[in-house]
Amino acid sequence: MIAELGHFALILALLLALLQSSVPLIGAARRNYAWMTLGRSTAVAQFVLVAAAFAALIHAYVTSDFSVQNVFENSHSDKPLLYKITGVWGNHEGSMMLWVFILSLFGAAVAWFGDNLPPALSARVLAVQGMIGTGFLGFILLTSDPFHRLVPAPLDGRGLNPVLQDPGLAFHPPFLYLGYVGFSVAFSFAVAALIEGRVDAAWARWVRPWTLAAWCALTIGIAMGSWWAYYTLGWGGWWFWDPVENASFMPWLVGTALLHSAIVVEKRDALKSWTILLAILTFSLSLVGTFLVRSGVLTSVHAFAVDPRRGLYILLLLLVAIGGSLSLYAWRAPALKAGGLFAPISREGALVLNNLLLTVAAAAIFWGTLYPLFSDQLGGPKLTVGAPFFDIVFRWLLAPLLVAVAVGPLLAWKRGDLLAALQRLWAALAAAVVVGLVGLYIAGGGPILAVLTLALAGWMALGALSEWAERVRLFRASLAESGRRARHLPRAQYGMTLAHLGLAVTLAGIAASAWQDERIEIMNPGDDVPIAGYTLHLNSVDKVQGPNFTAERADVTVRKGDSVVAEMHPEKRFFPLQQMSTGVTAIKTNLLADLYLALGDSDGKGGWTVRAWWKPLVPWIWIGAVMMALGGVVSLSDRRLRLGVAARARVPRGARAAE
Amino acid sequence: MTRKRRRLIAVLVGMGCLGVAATLVLSALRDNLVFFYSPSDIKAKGAPQGRLLHIGGLVEQASVEHEPDGKTVDFRITDGSNTVAVVFRGPLPDLFREGQGVIAEGKLDGNGVLRADSVLAKHDENYMPREVVNALKRSGHWQEGGTPPTAVGQAKP
Repeated sequence: MIAELGHFALILALLLALLQSSVPLIGAARRNYAWMTLGRSTAVAQFVLVAAAFAALIHAYVTSDFSVQNVFENSHSDKPLLYKITGVWGNHEGSMMLWVFILSLFGAAVAWFGDNLPPALSARVLAVQGMIGTGFLGFILLTSDPFHRLVPAPLDGRGLNPVLQDPGLAFHPPFLYLGYVGFSVAFSFAVAALIEGRVDAAWARWVRPWTLAAWCALTIGIAMGSWWAYYTLGWGGWWFWDPVENASFMPWLVGTALLHSAIVVEKRDALKSWTILLAILTFSLSLVGTFLVRSGVLTSVHAFAVDPRRGLYILLLLLVAIGGSLSLYAWRAPALKAGGLFAPISREGALVLNNLLLTVAAAAIFWGTLYPLFSDQLGGPKLTVGAPFFDIVFRWLLAPLLVAVAVGPLLAWKRGDLLAALQRLWAALAAAVVVGLVGLYIAGGGPILAVLTLALAGWMALGALSEWAERVRLFRASLAESGRRARHLPRAQYGMTLAHLGLAVTLAGIAASAWQDERIEIMNPGDDVPIAGYTLHLNSVDKVQGPNFTAERADVTVRKGDSVVAEMHPEKRFFPLQQMSTGVTAIKTNLLADLYLALGDSDGKGGWTVRAWWKPLVPWIWIGAVMMALGGVVSLSDRRLRLGVAARARVPRGARAAE
Repeated sequence: MTRKRRRLIAVLVGMGCLGVAATLVLSALRDNLVFFYSPSDIKAKGAPQGRLLHIGGLVEQASVEHEPDGKTVDFRITDGSNTVAVVFRGPLPDLFREGQGVIAEGKLDGNGVLRADSVLAKHDENYMPREVVNALKRSGHWQEGGTPPTAVGQAKP
């Protein structure tokens, strides 16, 4: 019964979405206030209905209602409650429900916080949101109904893929979708601005918080996915340039560019039509990501659906959304008035460089990810693009960007002085040299590229800090004066510093992986294996019983010299229901380095393959990502960006001098 | 400098950068394309030595041998008609077993043995790499909707 109510709510939501995508738009064109405000009530109502449908699906999972096909195929009564709930989005239909739920959440948020938007803009934004909602609700109802009943109802379900039964992966999709779908708001604002033919600083101030929020969620989502790959897959890698990883990385890159170019629109009224284009591209890449992952055109762990009808529908949706918005852009963008002028060496110039490099990097990844698909479809040879391609391209495109990250914020708007900026960065330069030399010393020569990357991370970190020191006039004014300045710096300033520091931390973590130590040994109980100054001692391998699996569990004592550092327990789990085995790695971290153990196969003679890695600085990769996201959140809490403030008058010139 | 002239220079510089980037990307792409071969493709057309390639198929029954060092594994990949011998040193994926569809990435040595750098077997019991399915279809060992012949009756761990 509840499942039918959920289905019914979805149909109502679709009807409302149709209403929302047409009436406010016509109202805005005809200046009919009542029609315009309809968008806000339908957005909220749509959210309530989709939330009800989503709750109905969760209810079916929690109560293990196996008469619902989706629950039968993806759940099992023995599963822990957490995974019953997170299992809702561990499959195609459920994950599309999550997509639409988040979309309607953002739609309702725009309606709630949109009190002081000009009514016509608000109506158009919500209408575009309604169109996206129509597309995806239609997709669910026509091709992937999560409430389909089975008669007669089976006794128990098939269970969730054991690999997905993991806390890290359980919350990876919601964050990723918050990011993907969050960019839909920037998209809707861009399309609405194109329809209106007007982009100004107020528009940018409206778009930036939404973009920032989506970007933070996407950063966390990508980091979670990579962290999950690191600790589950059992060979210590954390990024594989897998098509699906690329699918989430492309919107992140372009979204990052959008974040930065929106600043230029807000502060300098320039780069307007470029920013609009970026907003369209960011969401388009999110849609492409959804298409790549969900249509099954690229085989991967993530590809649930291999139903050609779904692929076709998403492809059509993609054509309408991307083709439509880009056509609108081509038609209307020339009407946008060009804004302020600036010299190539200026804050704007630096941000343009940032944008160019980020979008080119995204384009290269796009090409590398889709090239095999094109080759296959056009009857060419079957091939894949090797990971070295992405490594090379990325290294060369992003190196200049990372050098510039430290310089850009020190340049003045409009016309900057590069020499003066560089003079202020002498400390950062010195730090980079020191970090490089230290790296060289520790590594005893070592891979030169990794040393350079590490030095670059040092440069960026010190660059971000010296920029802050410059703002508060540290050591040049009295400490009290510096403290006063530090307190009065806008939060957005701290957000930027934190995010740039996070990038440096992540980069250091990536660079240091060149110095990892690896051992793959067959160990009998009682054997010792040395790694990076530690000694691993295998005590035993025992059989253990879990709630829905059995496991072989190794007991390893880690010693440094004579003292015991840790007991580690890598496992190999076997899930009888799915006839699958997965590994559970054991990781001992001190935040400077990870000791990573994975249990392999038994050799049948009492010995076990044990894979061990010592990975310096690897936790920094994710710590840095969290810092970047936190930087976004801090920036989001800035009073000037807070959602209600946007429509108020511009802050007086004096208060903005700190920028 | 006039506004027009300045814009022209900016556009030219931008185009130049894009050109350099495009050249870089395309040349990097050409060097890093990894072509897919089935064992029958190699038999029929041969495959370049010393270039990174993918070979896909099923792990042949009773072909997996662990060498005494505990790290090196020898096995054969079959598409039902032909086989290719593979030597791999490193951690095998959890789902690696005889009869399972896999893709091995590596270079062929002078004896036609694939020296693999990595072996992919994805995390799903129903999963079969698309390339492998197509290769099996081409060699006539795959029926639509059916299970591949070598996988039938396979012992599950």
